[in-house]
Amino acid sequence: MKWKFLDRKSGKPIYLICNADESEPGTFKDRQIIHKDPHQLIEGMMISAFAIQAKQAFIYIRAEFFEGAKILERAILEAKEKGFCGDNILGSGYSCDLVVHRGAGAYICGEETGLIESLEGKRPNPRIKPPYFPAVLGLYQCPTIVNNVETLCNVKHIMEMGGENFSKIGKPNNTGTRIWCVSGQVKNPGYFEFECGALTLGEMIHDVCGGLLPGRSLQAVIPGGSSAKVLRADERFQGTLKDGTDFDWGIEDIPLDFDGPMAAGTMSGSGGIVIMDDTVDIVEAMANVNAFYAHESCGQCTPCREGSLWMKKITSRMCSGDAREEDADLLLSVANQIEGRTICAFGEAAAWPTQSFVTKFRKDFLAKAKSQKRKKDSMQLI
Amino acid sequence: MISTNKGETVSIVLDGEEVEVPAGINLVDAAALFKKEIPHYCYHPQLSVAGNCRMCLIEMGTPMRDRGTGEPVLNDDGTQKIGWVPKPVIGCATTVSPGMHVKTISEKVTDCREGIMEFLLVNHPLDCPICDQAGECRLQEFATDYGRGYSRYVERKNVKPKRTRLGPRVTLDDERCILCSRCIRFSQEVAKDDVLGFVDRGSYSTLSCFPGRELENNYSLNTVDICPVGALTSTDFRFKMRVWFLKELPSICAESSAGCNIMVSSREGEIHRITPRRNDDVNDSWMTDSGRLLYKQVRSDNRLLTPQVKQTESALDVAISSAFESFNGKKLAIVGSCHSTLEELYLLNHLSKATKAKKYLRGHFGEDDGILLSADRSPNLRGTLLSGFTNEYPKKDLSKLNDDLKKGVVDAVLVVNEDLLDSGVEGESLLGVPVTYLGTHQNTTSNLAEIVIPTLTSFEKKGTFINRSFIAQGFASTVPSPGGLLPLTQILCRLLSLSDEESKITADFSLIWKNLSSPPKSPFKGMTFTDAQRGSLQIDGSKWNNLSFVEKKALHFEPQSSVLSSK
Repeated sequence: MKWKFLDRKSGKPIYLICNADESEPGTFKDRQIIHKDPHQLIEGMMISAFAIQAKQAFIYIRAEFFEGAKILERAILEAKEKGFCGDNILGSGYSCDLVVHRGAGAYICGEETGLIESLEGKRPNPRIKPPYFPAVLGLYQCPTIVNNVETLCNVKHIMEMGGENFSKIGKPNNTGTRIWCVSGQVKNPGYFEFECGALTLGEMIHDVCGGLLPGRSLQAVIPGGSSAKVLRADERFQGTLKDGTDFDWGIEDIPLDFDGPMAAGTMSGSGGIVIMDDTVDIVEAMANVNAFYAHESCGQCTPCREGSLWMKKITSRMCSGDAREEDADLLLSVANQIEGRTICAFGEAAAWPTQSFVTKFRKDFLAKAKSQKRKKDSMQLI
Repeated sequence: MISTNKGETVSIVLDGEEVEVPAGINLVDAAALFKKEIPHYCYHPQLSVAGNCRMCLIEMGTPMRDRGTGEPVLNDDGTQKIGWVPKPVIGCATTVSPGMHVKTISEKVTDCREGIMEFLLVNHPLDCPICDQAGECRLQEFATDYGRGYSRYVERKNVKPKRTRLGPRVTLDDERCILCSRCIRFSQEVAKDDVLGFVDRGSYSTLSCFPGRELENNYSLNTVDICPVGALTSTDFRFKMRVWFLKELPSICAESSAGCNIMVSSREGEIHRITPRRNDDVNDSWMTDSGRLLYKQVRSDNRLLTPQVKQTESALDVAISSAFESFNGKKLAIVGSCHSTLEELYLLNHLSKATKAKKYLRGHFGEDDGILLSADRSPNLRGTLLSGFTNEYPKKDLSKLNDDLKKGVVDAVLVVNEDLLDSGVEGESLLGVPVTYLGTHQNTTSNLAEIVIPTLTSFEKKGTFINRSFIAQGFASTVPSPGGLLPLTQILCRLLSLSDEESKITADFSLIWKNLSSPPKSPFKGMTFTDAQRGSLQIDGSKWNNLSFVEKKALHFEPQSSVLSSK
């Protein structure tokens, strides 16, 4: 999809960047790929680079993956020795250098234009689009393709199996495999690769991850990394899928593919599934997510910069004993003032969790305020 | 900095009204053409687009076309369907395109503006009562125009440093900063001195100089002007004056031949600050820091305030007649000044004819910074050529006058604003020579002059300067002159009428301009002083193409580009 927009006629060099700045809370798939099979990534990247005729490719890896960076650098050396990468690849006359670049610890570098700025050596403020679409004006204002680790690894398999065979994996429109990273209160959290739509969320929790801890019940699930909208355990999802079939799902019936979570009003996002059981204080979970986004907002544009910190301040105040009943509406209103008005998608990433937590767990937010009010009143009596 | 192809226009629909706008401009500027304000903080017409304040969010749509066939998608009534972009777009980064629909007023737009205003104010100290920007603050203006008028914020505000020294002339109040990055972009793009940047992230971002560097370039105060809030303040002006007491009048900077357009702010006749005035042909929206300090001369200690004859104070009339008597019948040397206005030089030229005097002139030169401080440090060198006072390019001293004095070719001197002893004239050459000094400030020449007649600074008089691009810029007085003093034009007219009783020349500007423009080949053909005052009046200076002007390529200036431009 991204490759279609590439400006091949500009005469400028074309760059390929692998986005290995995996920082979405609840996600750890790229890390596993890099640690366990770095050559898969290198192979995928070299095929992709050849396809877009890039002479220089980068792997932008997050700062915290120092082991991953070492592994990749070693793997690149090995690949170069065998002639799989670098000058005159496999005697084809085509050359493409591959470089590992380590970030400096900022979530915003996962945003492709922020990543490009960072790679250029600047503060990773995402660029405004238009005009700075990476496929036209990317790295050093040259056409650039930025793809995720998992995507580039898939390229290798698509080439090997042929597009048609590859698309037979999974379901129509939801082809290929996905790595799901399950974290939270299940017996066996971890990362699991499945064909798209091969199992449902319930099967993932109960069969793959061994179910919830004894005596606990499911309260909420974040299906695609912390920016994805949260799902409440007792929700029902009804509607019609793209292929025309009607559905009526409970949370455990949601198929793990691209369209399933979408139909349930959220997204499969980065594949980071966070399970929350009934012991979790939803307001504190919200405070945790908000603290992350307030800390990681780059501060370039107003709504995200001020809104994310404001939401963090509200939720941490709620958790420290000063919750007010009007806070739920205020949080929702602040999130609505961020969504869709920022330079990059970080605004949505910061706003969606709040929007979904507050709407779906409104009772918890109001109860927090009430219980704290009671506590305060009784303290005054003493 | 969006370039427009001159003449080309596109038609857009602005709030339901079809209008023609120049192609290539953005929506903020397009709306402004029709007196519709799209509020903005970070966008500045002469800087690159950052798009970070999000205040200019508006609704935009383009005519819909079928993705497959490219055919226009039509409504039931046959008009082309408009595909409104679901998210609001920023006006500053959206270029007009044919058929584009724009809503600058709608429920969604209002909601966006209220939201952004609220966000900008949540961590703002709201210290307007002690803020220098109060009264000319975009935050205040837009908060009243587009804000909700109340705050829902009950958390603690971020605390940041209140008085960071960024450089010798600029002090930063970090709490008021809205991180619009105008100052950073200005430093990079205009001043070419990249010293500013943000440190930290999120709401804790603060503006800072790079380690070991200071904002000390000669354009640093422009960052104060373009700061939409009270974050960057001028150390000189800080806490001195409330801006609503200031009377603002336009003038022209006399620092160099760049001829920056300026705004002079004064209260009760005292100037408190000078700020640049936008002129896209001359100085954009900028001026030098050094030019801003020129107002301090107006009330400086060495200002000449009373006429003197032989070191004793005297009445102005007496001084003028004494001056005439001192050179009447003698071989007079008139030393003109490139700091004089076109009109003064015109009259001085006539005085030289009436007194058969020899004319002398020196230039003032310095380093060219390639922006707005040109190598020619006088505002009106080209005026000396166009007024007919001289045809030659002035040298950097008056050694010729020294020679002539020694030879006895001249034996009386009338000098306008120049310091002879500083210009290569030896003190002994002037022994026994009556010197009349017409100038604003005391110097060694005024000290030894027989007659001293104080004149007015460019802030107190009216006149015309012709800048390095041969653009004539008229200006009027901005503050009243010190009591009892007359403009040089009137003094010269009096001397003229004493020298030549038949002279019909008066200090009436319309008459001077009529005379200037009347010769058949006059470069001022058809022009009046009012035209010069109104804005950039391009004069044909091609006659002087062979002179070697010292100015280098700079903002809106190409050397030898004196040929009448396409304007």
